[in-house]
Amino acid sequence: MSETTAATATVQEHAHEEHHEMSFWEKYIFPTDHKMIGLQYMFTGMFMAAVGGYFAYAFRMQLAFPGMDVPLFGQVTPQIYNMLITNHGTIMIFWVAMPVLIAGFGNFLIPLMIGCDDMVFPRINRLSYQIFFVSTVVLLLSFFVKGGGFGGAWTAYPPLSSVPEYNLTNWGSSLWIVAVALEIIAFLLGGINFVTTTMNSRAPGMKMMDIPIVIWMINIAVIMFMASVGPLIAGAVMLFMDQRIGTTFFLPAGGGDPVLWQHLFWFFGHPEVYVVLFPTLGLVADVITTFSRKKLWGYRTILYTTIATGGLAFVVWAHHQFIAGIDPRMANVFVVTTLLISIPIAEVMFCYIATLYGGSIRFTVPMLWALGFLMTFLLGGVTGIYLGASGLNIYFHDSYFVVAHFHYTFFPITIIGMFGALYYWFPKMFGRHLNEFWGKVHFWGTLIPFNGIFLPLFLLGMAGQHRRIYNYEHFPDLASPDLQGLRVFATASLVIMLLFQIPFLINFFGSMFRGRKAEPNPWKANTLEWIVPSPPPHGNFKELPSVYRGPYEYSVPGNREDYWPQNMPDRN
Amino acid sequence: MTLREGGSPPRTFAWKILMTHSPIATRRTVTGIPTGRLAVWWVLTSEVFIFGGLIMCFVLYKLNGAPGFEQASMTNTPAGAFNTFVLLTSSLTIVLAHAASERRDLKKTFNYIWFTIFGGLVFMVVKFYEYTTKIFPEWYHTPATHEPITILSNVFWSFYFTATGLHALHVFGGMVIMGMISMDVLKGRNLQRVELIGLYWHFVDIVWIFLFPLLYIANF
Repeated sequence: MSETTAATATVQEHAHEEHHEMSFWEKYIFPTDHKMIGLQYMFTGMFMAAVGGYFAYAFRMQLAFPGMDVPLFGQVTPQIYNMLITNHGTIMIFWVAMPVLIAGFGNFLIPLMIGCDDMVFPRINRLSYQIFFVSTVVLLLSFFVKGGGFGGAWTAYPPLSSVPEYNLTNWGSSLWIVAVALEIIAFLLGGINFVTTTMNSRAPGMKMMDIPIVIWMINIAVIMFMASVGPLIAGAVMLFMDQRIGTTFFLPAGGGDPVLWQHLFWFFGHPEVYVVLFPTLGLVADVITTFSRKKLWGYRTILYTTIATGGLAFVVWAHHQFIAGIDPRMANVFVVTTLLISIPIAEVMFCYIATLYGGSIRFTVPMLWALGFLMTFLLGGVTGIYLGASGLNIYFHDSYFVVAHFHYTFFPITIIGMFGALYYWFPKMFGRHLNEFWGKVHFWGTLIPFNGIFLPLFLLGMAGQHRRIYNYEHFPDLASPDLQGLRVFATASLVIMLLFQIPFLINFFGSMFRGRKAEPNPWKANTLEWIVPSPPPHGNFKELPSVYRGPYEYSVPGNREDYWPQNMPDRN
Repeated sequence: MTLREGGSPPRTFAWKILMTHSPIATRRTVTGIPTGRLAVWWVLTSEVFIFGGLIMCFVLYKLNGAPGFEQASMTNTPAGAFNTFVLLTSSLTIVLAHAASERRDLKKTFNYIWFTIFGGLVFMVVKFYEYTTKIFPEWYHTPATHEPITILSNVFWSFYFTATGLHALHVFGGMVIMGMISMDVLKGRNLQRVELIGLYWHFVDIVWIFLFPLLYIANF
């Protein structure tokens, strides 16, 4: 909490004089202002990212140097190893990707970009963060109860997850479900607020096709989340009752079916990939367009293909279950849909590349991150095609090839694309610029080690290295020195990447107070958040704007300037 | 006072209160649908997926012939049918409450809301009777006519108690909210909320329309 306070101290200086003086609690701890709630989500997400990164450090050290007393952590026993990988996954998806990308940027950007003063339900918005905060506390507490945190992987397959005698974490596994359920409730509340706000509170003149693509993407993601998470909530209730009351919904011994949980989980889990991907695609679209000084290529194409991807994402889930005993005829169907979904996503990528083509590109720090996202996510997408084919999947399933593949999707989404957005909107959030030089150091220091971590994992996966094994010395054919060398290389890259986050943190918190002051529109961008002061005062706009055109009118012939704000009635 | 958009705002005390407590965002309706109604529809959409997931699981188990599903014949179909009738009637009264609220007939609105709450109460009492006949058969017949049936008996009864229990929670929540809204109605405030709770109440009704045939009638 104190971080949030410190981070936003500068807001106070610029606060509108018309407003009554809000107390500290009203302003920073229980705010209804969408910007402050967005920042609360973001700082909580950053804190959890540190926890998730710390977990990754601990288990990677164990894999590289088995049995070693990990510095700053201690011994990694098999039980602790399971707890670390489970909660690393859970935290990075539910407590980093979603709060930062959807709730953080969504809350901060939606009202500003559609030209109104707040969300339509400011108090529900506050409630949403409060529930999320409680869920965070519950998850963190679950690590310290008797038996330790849940260790049945973030997918929580029963019977391992539902029988305490199997998972040995009687309380940890139940607290884990409670935490995830609370997190889901928080995002449903927030999501309803987002969609309603976007539908009903746009500035006069802002037609559907004038909405910045990032707002579209966040809303599509939220609706997908709503539709995919419902069955998982029902499943979570059932799993929780299996754990605590003793029902047998997912236990074959009592007539239940464990594969049904897999269906419920992946019916959520696969769309979830797109739920976190879409906001980043949107954020990156804005960054790329601004720094190409060129109109976004194919606004409608991007929008419609995104919606198509969203629809297809609901019928690919069983590709996670090819070896779970599903009917091979059904597997065929899911191979086809899985390979199909690469088409619309490739189309969006080509639209972004077409936006770059012929633009006058500025290699600012946000632009570097955005281009880094395109490059790394491409690798993640392409390796997905291998895994989507059921024949190859039988070999690759549960190997490090899968681990490397989904890190090549999630890492660009959650970290690389997010950093691009953070460097881009930081001046708007805090009224100051991040240091350019240290931003570039941070970029290269993250991008290169990231590939150093996960490229070796592709090779290890192809060599047959199975996931969820805490010590490969026990497996003679996996313990060879060349494979171990790759593991050490990946771990060393991870440590280097984590160390390069230190200059970022110093830059981040230092610039918040000492950075170069930012003018309202430092990037010369068109969207509405850039017409208000940095940081925007409570209530955002002095005069609520009207909108005259789409958000991406850059370098329009006949204009004096190469940008054309959405609220400007006349030629620029 | 009228709020202006696009002009410089008047610097009155009332304006300050409005700015801090009720953003302009809350009063815009670009779609033409009032924000509250729009939000309730989205809430119901997400509820559809939750109950849909649960019902889907039930149907899949039933189609796959999971053991215990033939015991659906032991559910109390007349009680379920009576509850269907009660819920449908209460849906009628909440519609009448909405109609009365549109005429600003506060007294009638209040009465119809409480008719609806009474309907919910009858539903809960019957539900209580059904549950206790299953769990504590000895309360009604000594010696008991059958073994106690609980949520642990088999997968069918797990579904029965989970689904009807989750539905009953929604009925109870609706009753509480209706009670709160009826207090507002007496003061003539927030009358649009009568319609919103009506939407929700119809949804609860529709869930029951799905649960009743699946859990009670389809006893094969």
